[in-house]
Parts: sequence; structure tokens; C-alpha cells
Amino acid sequence: MCGIVGLFLKNDDLCPKLGEMLTDMLITMTDRGPDSAGIAIYGAEGEGVKITVQSDDTSAFDGLDARLAEATGTTPGIRVIDTHAVVTLPEAAADAAVSALEEMGLRIMARGASMEIFKEIGLPRDVAARFGLREMGGSHGIGHTRMATESAVTTLGAHPFSTASDECLVHNGSLSNHNRLRRELAREGFVTRTENDTEVGAAYISSRIAGGANLGEALEGTLQDLDGFFTFVMGTRNGFGVVRDPIACKPAVLAETEDYVAFGSEYRAFADLPGIESAKVWEPEPATVYFWER
Amino acid sequence: MPSETGVKTLDMSAMELREINETLQSAAGSNEAFEVTNTRGAHAIAVGLDAPIHVTVKGSTGYYCAGMNKQATIHVKGSVGPGAAENMMSGTVIVDGDASQYAGATGHGGLLVVKGNASSRCGISMKGIDIVVHGNIGHMSAFMAQKGNLVVLGDAGDALGDSLYEARLFVRGSVKSLGADCVEKEMRPEHLKILADLLEKAGADAKPEEFRRYGSARKLYNFNIDHAGDY
Repeated sequence: MCGIVGLFLKNDDLCPKLGEMLTDMLITMTDRGPDSAGIAIYGAEGEGVKITVQSDDTSAFDGLDARLAEATGTTPGIRVIDTHAVVTLPEAAADAAVSALEEMGLRIMARGASMEIFKEIGLPRDVAARFGLREMGGSHGIGHTRMATESAVTTLGAHPFSTASDECLVHNGSLSNHNRLRRELAREGFVTRTENDTEVGAAYISSRIAGGANLGEALEGTLQDLDGFFTFVMGTRNGFGVVRDPIACKPAVLAETEDYVAFGSEYRAFADLPGIESAKVWEPEPATVYFWER
Repeated sequence: MPSETGVKTLDMSAMELREINETLQSAAGSNEAFEVTNTRGAHAIAVGLDAPIHVTVKGSTGYYCAGMNKQATIHVKGSVGPGAAENMMSGTVIVDGDASQYAGATGHGGLLVVKGNASSRCGISMKGIDIVVHGNIGHMSAFMAQKGNLVVLGDAGDALGDSLYEARLFVRGSVKSLGADCVEKEMRPEHLKILADLLEKAGADAKPEEFRRYGSARKLYNFNIDHAGDY
């Protein structure tokens, strides 16, 4: 069992409140996943690329700007938030920065023009407080509360998973053909960092998008190529998608108003959303792709 | 709090779920009426009731609403999460909105009415309950259904009535596919009568003649070595 929440805003006036709305939704799903929580936020885009890194030992962030400046020849911006840091630097320096950061033993959580990912072990309420999630703004975001089944309870085992720029995936369920698929995707250059099944799902979707598929087509592909149980919610730089496997035993509810599209593992997650009383609320059909783009 | 109309309000923003269910479970007086407010999708509302009381649930609920009901009439003015009216023994549960997975599962008796759509596995392993869905039902509905009636005014999803025993299935719209051992059967006068009665009880605006009946071909009742590959 896991909990998923997601919000895709259609009304820009709500963007400053994204974190607040998503935090309440995430905490409501604590019963479904109390062991770890994570969130992907698509925030304001600035100059260059953002790389989110994590370290259990936060002293690793001391002097990070100087070391990165030396490795990349740029002047990176660094924002430390608890065990995570968001590094901002020009796109051209991003590959060199990722290599340097990995050499320093930092874990790469996310990379992208707008996406930042924060995830840790602990109750969703505590994880949200540590990262100041409530204060974050953005156009869309996806959160996950985890009850681990397929791999260990670790920071890297928490969701969302990102395997390409500005792309992230959260999952409720379990995949059974992920080991074979992991090897195939690695040969195509989509390397996963963990033993987790969901990360393979993320890499699969990223590989399809890299191959020219749009978000809808990439999600459609999961129905043929992924074996197992899944309710997936996927974020891209400008998109938000949902798909459930044909058996559809993992719960899912969608709500849509003129202002937003919301996803929840249960209706409870929607209780505080503005205008939910008059929203269109429905259960996504099995083996059916839903996606929105701005 | 008794209101002017004699309806007692149980406010979930002020009372614990357990306190609300204990209040409902200990109500014995015939025709006592309650309303549950501020539901916010909570789980297990109005479960295990055992008296002819009337409960109005004002709002949408989560898992297992009105489970194990006996005698009570529970009217949900919203949608319900998975497992609504599961294992009902008697009484009536009415859902104004949609129902999630396995609504009415394993029910032994009583009537479940869903005015919207019900999703997958509606009436799975039903054992005597009557279920009337005004909208559509999802896949694997009435799987291993043993007894009772499932009436669907809309369409049915894949594998309707898979491994069915003796429940009667009536569908007005299309059936995406029938499950193993489920076949269309002749609609006889006694079936039209059952259907007319259920449609009336469920406040459904449909004519019995518009439905088709499905039931068990009874070929899976006994193991047949020649069909070993089919099991």
C-alpha cells in the first residue's frame, strides 16, 4: 500500500499556494504510507538548470559552491534545505556538475529547468516540515507516501523517481518484470540508481519520451511493456499524467475544476481543496491514460 | 443533538468515528433517524448497524461505508470508496453518487442501490444481496456470485459473472465481455417480475423488457479432466 497525491494547476493565481495544498493532501495519505514521503515540485523557472542533491551528512554541503565552481568554471547558486540542496547553474555546465556532485558522494535526486525533488524517511508531516514544503509555490506537483514492499526503506527507495530532466514518476503497486527491463534500459543508456521497481518504470517512460513519444503515448506503452500492478502518476515540465494497470486494484480518484486537476489515492486527500464540492470527481478507468499539459 | 425534525446529527468534525458508530450501533428504536455530517471521505462510516434506523450520510466517504449492515437504511448523499455495503445481511443502502471497487461484495441480503456508476468487482461473491446500479459497472463484476440479483441500467465491463454460481445478472446496456461459464439466458416471466420489483424499489426509471439476463452455464461446478487446461 502507498499513497499518491498530485495537483496540476490550471489557474496561475493558485501557484503560490501549491505547496500548501499539496502538503495537506500528502499528510492525509499518511495511513497509506507512513515510512517515507517525497514530493516533486515544478516551481518557477529561472536561468539555467536546477540539480537537487541529497546527503545524510549535511556537512557535505559546506564549501559546495567553491568545489562546484572549480569543477565547472561557473558560479553556481546553492540553496540548502535540510538534507537536500538545490544547485542552479548554466545548462552547459550541468553534465560536469552532475559528475562532480556524484564524485563528492552526493545523491542526485532531480535535474531540470523547473523540477525539484525532496524525499526522506519519516512521517509525511515531518518530511513536509523539514523541507518547508508548505511554503513552496509552483505550477504542478506530485507527492507520495510510501509503505515499502519491493525494496528497503531508504531515502533512495522513496518516491518520486526521476530518470530524465524534469520527469518524475510515483507508483502505487509492484512490478514483476523490472529486472529484465532494467538491463534492457541500461543498454539504451537509461541507467537506474537503485534496485527499486518504480525507478525502472520511470526509466521506461523516460526512454519512450526520449524516443519521441508524448506523455500520453509513453504512458500507453506501460500497459504493454510493464507487468504488475500499478497506479502511476507522472510529471513532466509542462504535463501531468495518470495510468492504472488493467486489473486496477490500486485505488485512484481524480478531480477536476476550472482551476486544477487533482489526483488522490483516496477521496480523503481532496477534502480541503477549494471548490471540491462542485468538482468533477471520478475514478480513472483501468488501462486508460489521462494526461494534461499546459 | 436532536434537531427540530427529530433527526440526530453526528458531526464528524466534533466526534470520533468510533463514537459515531457506537451511537448508531446502540440505537435500537424503530424509525430513529440520524445524519452524519463532515464526512470528508472518512473510512468505515455507519458499519455494523443492527436496527431499523435511518442514517443519512451527508458527503462522500472512503473505504467500507455501511459495511455489515443489518436492518438499517443508510443513504449516502455523495460517493463511496471501496467496499461499500460489504457483507450486508439486510436493510437498504442507497448511494447517490458513484461507488468504488467491490461494492456490495459478499452481501447475504438487503438492497444496495448505486445511483451513479460502480467500478470494478461490483457484487463479487454476492450471496443473496440485491444490487441495482443506475449507471455502469466495471470489470470482474459478480465474480463467483452465488445468490441474489445484480441489476445494471448502464453497461457492464469485462468478464461479467466469471465463475458464477446461481446469482441472476440483468444488464440493460452492453456487456464488454462475459467471464468464464457466464452465459446469456432466456428472460422468463418470473424474471421480469423480479426485475420490475427491484427497479421499483430502487427508484429506477427502466422497463424490465429492456434488460438481458445472464447466469451460470454450470459447467465449472464439477472438475472435468478434459477441461483441465481451462481452469
